[in-house]
Amino acid sequence: MASRDDIKFLSNPNIGKSRKKYCRFRKFGIKYIDYRDADFLTQFINEQGKLLPRRITGNSLKYQKKVAVAIKRARHLAILPYVTDLFK
Amino acid sequence: MRNYEVTFIVDPVLSGDEIKSTAQTYSDLIKNEDCKIVHSDHMGLRQLAYPINKRSSGIYYSYEFETPNGDVIPKLELAFRRDERIMRFLTCKLDKYGVKYNDDKRKGLIGKKKSKSDDSKKEEIPAVKDDLTKIEGIGPKISEALAKGVITSYVGLASKTVAEIKAVLDEAEGNFGAHDPSTWGRQARLAADGKWDELKILQDELDGGKPAAGTSEEE
Repeated sequence: MASRDDIKFLSNPNIGKSRKKYCRFRKFGIKYIDYRDADFLTQFINEQGKLLPRRITGNSLKYQKKVAVAIKRARHLAILPYVTDLFK
Repeated sequence: MRNYEVTFIVDPVLSGDEIKSTAQTYSDLIKNEDCKIVHSDHMGLRQLAYPINKRSSGIYYSYEFETPNGDVIPKLELAFRRDERIMRFLTCKLDKYGVKYNDDKRKGLIGKKKSKSDDSKKEEIPAVKDDLTKIEGIGPKISEALAKGVITSYVGLASKTVAEIKAVLDEAEGNFGAHDPSTWGRQARLAADGKWDELKILQDELDGGKPAAGTSEEE
């Protein structure tokens, strides 16, 4: 009987299986979000400079709120834009 | 004890000394109120994400300080609001994690962050080096001579006086005596603020970087 390795799939069988999302702050133990760190905060905004929702970033509610505050502070200090196009 | 962090943006058009004295004013104000400055961070000239007061760049300063009570904050913020040299400010209370984060960052414990900031620093240095030849009257050779006199950016050029620029030119090899730097400061200031349209208009009036006698008389 053919072993599992011999079976060739026409398409990748892992496609369509959603990878489990996780909160990166919980996982890596990040307790404080720096509003001056523009590189880090750009991970949580889309290319128009809008905040990404939790369902995409996977953040827990506690840290999503902190991310939102940090981004708003960065916008006030002109570290991040309020509105833009093709940001990334 | 409470920990606060205040970040503010100083107008980049001011000269180097004025910028330092502005920052000094506020560090003195904080110290005079029984507060201890834990760390002062000069983040330097940065591009703004959007224009403020028609400026496209600003000089960032950040102070972290410790205070027995919050009395200093209203005084500090009132001073910021009254000061025309300050473009923006933000005061934040730091929780224990914030204090720890800033401490770790200073010690370089936040490894990933450090390598990232190193990269961005490398990127910043060429960004500050502006193309001075865009200013009318400055060619590639004068630009080189100015670079030897540590003038590489528009802001740097704008902050120098005519006499200082002339001194740099005299020191440099080559005969730059015929060049008149009297309008370079004005042009550099416009360039530093990103007012390219205004610079174009000014350059149209100028004749090889010198104030054209004919046009000014007509006006």
